[in-house]
Amino acid sequence: MTQRLVVIGNGMAGARTVEEILARGGDFSITMFGDEPYGNYNRIMLSNLLAGVEDEAGIYLNDLSWYADNDITLNAGVRIERIDRFAKKVYATDGTATPYDKLIIATGSSSWTPPMKNVHNPKRGFHQGVFAFRTLDDTRGMIRYARDHERAVVIGGGLLGLEAARGLQNHLSDVTLLHAMGHLMERQLDEKAGHMLQASVENKLGIKVITNAMTTEILGKDRVTGVKLADGTVIPCDVVVIAAGIRPNTQVAADSGLTVERGIVVDDQMRVQDEDDIYSVGECAQHRGNLYGLVAPLWDQAKVLADHITGRNVEAAYTGSKLSTKLKVAGIDVASMGLIAPETDDDEVIIYSEPKKGVYKQLIIRDGALAGAILVGDNSKAASLIQSFDRAQALPEERAEMLFDIGGPAGEVKPEDMPDDAQVCNCNGVSKGAICGVVNAGCKTVSGVMDKTRAGKGCGTCKPLVQRIVEWAAGGEAEEDPAASWYVPGVPMPKPELMAAIRKYELKSVSAVFDKLVPGGEHDAKSKMGLASLLKMMWADQYEDERDARFINDRVHGNIQKDGTFSVVPQMKGGVTTPAELKRIAEVAEKYNVPMVKLTGGQRIDLLGIPKEQLPAMWADLDMPSGYAYAKSFRTVKTCVGSDFCRFGVGDSTALGIAIEERYQGLEGPGKMKLAVTGCPRNCAEAYVKDLGVVAIDGGKWEIYVGGAAGAHIRKGDLLCTVDSAEEVIRLTGRFLQYYRENANWLERTYAFVPRIGIERIREIVIEDVDGIAEALDAAVEEAVQSYKDPWKERAVPATPGQFRTSLPLTVLPQVPVRS
Amino acid sequence: MTIAPIAETVLGPIDEIPFGEGRTYAVGSDMIAVFRLRDGSLRAVSAVCPHKGGPLADGQIDNRVVVCPLHLYAWDLATGCSQSGQPPINVYPVRVDDGHIILGD
Ligand SMILES: Cc1cc2nc3c(=O)[nH]c(=O)nc-3n(C[C@H](O)[C@H](O)[C@H](O)COP(=O)(O)OP(=O)(O)OC[C@H]3O[C@@H](n4cnc5c(N)ncnc54)[C@H](O)[C@@H]3O)c2cc1C
Ligand code: SF4
Ligand code: SF4
Ligand code: FES
Repeated sequence: MTQRLVVIGNGMAGARTVEEILARGGDFSITMFGDEPYGNYNRIMLSNLLAGVEDEAGIYLNDLSWYADNDITLNAGVRIERIDRFAKKVYATDGTATPYDKLIIATGSSSWTPPMKNVHNPKRGFHQGVFAFRTLDDTRGMIRYARDHERAVVIGGGLLGLEAARGLQNHLSDVTLLHAMGHLMERQLDEKAGHMLQASVENKLGIKVITNAMTTEILGKDRVTGVKLADGTVIPCDVVVIAAGIRPNTQVAADSGLTVERGIVVDDQMRVQDEDDIYSVGECAQHRGNLYGLVAPLWDQAKVLADHITGRNVEAAYTGSKLSTKLKVAGIDVASMGLIAPETDDDEVIIYSEPKKGVYKQLIIRDGALAGAILVGDNSKAASLIQSFDRAQALPEERAEMLFDIGGPAGEVKPEDMPDDAQVCNCNGVSKGAICGVVNAGCKTVSGVMDKTRAGKGCGTCKPLVQRIVEWAAGGEAEEDPAASWYVPGVPMPKPELMAAIRKYELKSVSAVFDKLVPGGEHDAKSKMGLASLLKMMWADQYEDERDARFINDRVHGNIQKDGTFSVVPQMKGGVTTPAELKRIAEVAEKYNVPMVKLTGGQRIDLLGIPKEQLPAMWADLDMPSGYAYAKSFRTVKTCVGSDFCRFGVGDSTALGIAIEERYQGLEGPGKMKLAVTGCPRNCAEAYVKDLGVVAIDGGKWEIYVGGAAGAHIRKGDLLCTVDSAEEVIRLTGRFLQYYRENANWLERTYAFVPRIGIERIREIVIEDVDGIAEALDAAVEEAVQSYKDPWKERAVPATPGQFRTSLPLTVLPQVPVRS
Repeated sequence: MTIAPIAETVLGPIDEIPFGEGRTYAVGSDMIAVFRLRDGSLRAVSAVCPHKGGPLADGQIDNRVVVCPLHLYAWDLATGCSQSGQPPINVYPVRVDDGHIILGD
């Protein structure tokens, strides 16, 4: 007879266990309870959600249809209060009772709040502005609140605290991390590694870190105004995130008379002590005295439980997991496993440390086997170390080989060198063999293999390795679109290679590129515009302009509209105009019967619906320069009224905006560049969401933000630097834009480019000049500035015959008679 | 392939069309886009994009296709077939004679 299986807890362990049971064909009618009102999501991804690199839709593991498809009754948003072990029923807070034959408790953990004065509000739970970091609701609340505030304090310097601090930077500019211990991640890292990580977090990410910081009180009555430390220090802030640790959710079990110590005590079959029909998995379970707070052990537990409960293998036993972690903590590579310090005199310790680069590696070897390892700043050897550690493999004589690739090709584990059962995805427990199996069965794309095996779908750090294995297993036939890395679809080269070839052969026109670099010399219409932009950037006024390589907008210097007409947008620097100019625009609009006159989001006046053939005459009548409302190029600099008129203004945003636009007008790029300058952090010109935004702050200083967007994609820019003068802003603007022009993919806007390169790296190049190319960037952008010509001057002498001839003639033109 | 029959007509001097570009001509009640490929040969197709009426002569070409400027769908210049599941466009015979564009056979 079909047994009734009830699962309390719809988190990562509960749902995974059910998946494993279904995979074994278990004959149960399944009912699940989860007190969060959602299907099942990947909690690990909350960090990504907070950091804005993942959206909510991307974090669900099983959506509601999965439950329906598998005949699982899901009670989402229903909390179980008590279990009656004798009557075999579970009772929910809504008063319902559900009978079971078998029960699984997978209630996970809750975030732990250290004792602090004023952290709770008697009416609301947490004080307003105070958040835990555990659930989707926590994360949503945090994002919503952080957006409108400026300074955050994160309590807790472990993995979670670091992730929270990093994620919050996406929403506000000032983040301080408080850690009660002497160094960060003290359970995974030794003191030196902890300090190294701290230095990286402070210097590369700009997060302030205070260690030995005991928070004793939350300050502020209705809203948080700061926190107070044991030594009396007050840190002003308006958001507090607590990530100080977790505690297993064992209340239900304890209230129901099950054996609970730190967690719910289970045996090797994950059965609750002294119970025949109750199991527990996940963070709430205590096995052989251990609690596990990472997902990899939970997957092992889920498999054993499923084997046992379905009768597939009643002898299956979980014997514990060796813990290893390999992570990007706040963007910095960290791996840790086993011991973090030697314990006996015989333990060998090998340390490599390069503080300037933030690289630290430590190995602890006992009896010829790896007993512990710490890596900070370089995870290239993490996979092989985790493997040696898990299996206590014999170690190479040359110990340094474990830390570096000596002699061999640089860097990464080679798929052919890995044993079949080597675990590739530590989150989902997927082995190299499993990946190869799927590839051999015919699935040859990386994304397909990821869907089928779930490899790479946890924290995602193993994705590159998964890709290499798929490619290797497919024998070089992985069906990844090879063109994915090309700069344009018609020339088989990524951008750096393409640029090198263009320079080497001195290719100065688009057709020269096709002729020289495409096998067979085949031209490609869809590649022309990208190549034209690249060549113009590389050669400035030496570029041989072939008009057919331009998109129609760039051929006639206006934006094509849905009916084939164009728009005319005169330049209006910084949104500033004069009555005389306004009058002229009005007169032209009237004279040409312009169907629509519209103010644009870029602070200009748009004359819409202009037939192509009228463009030159209108430009002449306007006698104003082109406003660049078309083209992949520098568009406008939006400004606010700033210090001239605004009572809050601390900087002359209007003047600076105009100066920037005057200098960089018309600059081509891989994507459009929209800028803004705002006179104070009230941000009336929306500078935080521009490709480059400048914000005046008190003390005559300016902040420069890059990589912002507020179009189809929304992103707050990253703070590049703070400078003292308008001249400095203008100079660094040019340098950043040039770096973007040279390195971004075709059509890659800064909101994708900046996170891809990483703001720290961009800062290193553009501000600190560690690569020594700043001068070259400045010179290149200067050259581009010098070659600027107002395209509307082409009105007098068309560049090509029929440049402004209509493409949609409405009347039949007179024709030359047919000759006999 | 849809090669539409059309009466022989002289459209104008070949110099009216720059290499690699197209221009529209009205012929009777038809509108025809003529392209001059970079290899010097000519192609003539319907001037109006069957998708949403885009002006094909304003599109970009290579030696095989024209890409409509509005939504970037592409059509084969020799056959008129769409590469993206759109309806085909008409293709017309066209040639150069003594510096003039001659439409029709
Ligand atoms: C932000 C963040 C980042 C993380 N990053 C990583 C990482 O990079 N790598 C890694 O290995 N691990 C990471 N973890 C840890 C990992 O998410 C957990 O180990 C894992 O989710 C534990 O699974 P679980 O099922 O035991 O608990 P949970 O996923 O917490 O699920 C328990 C569920 O049970 C519900 N529940 C509790 N009590 C009841 C009740 N009485 N009635 C009904 N429902 C109840 C809870 O609401 C919850 O939904 C991270 C965790 C967080 C919060
Ligand atoms: S951003 Fe500041 S200076 Fe500019 S208009 Fe707004 S309040 Fe005034
Ligand atoms: S926002 Fe969309 S609809 Fe509006 S102008 Fe831009 S592209 Fe067109
Ligand atoms: S109108 Fe031509 S592609 Fe849409």
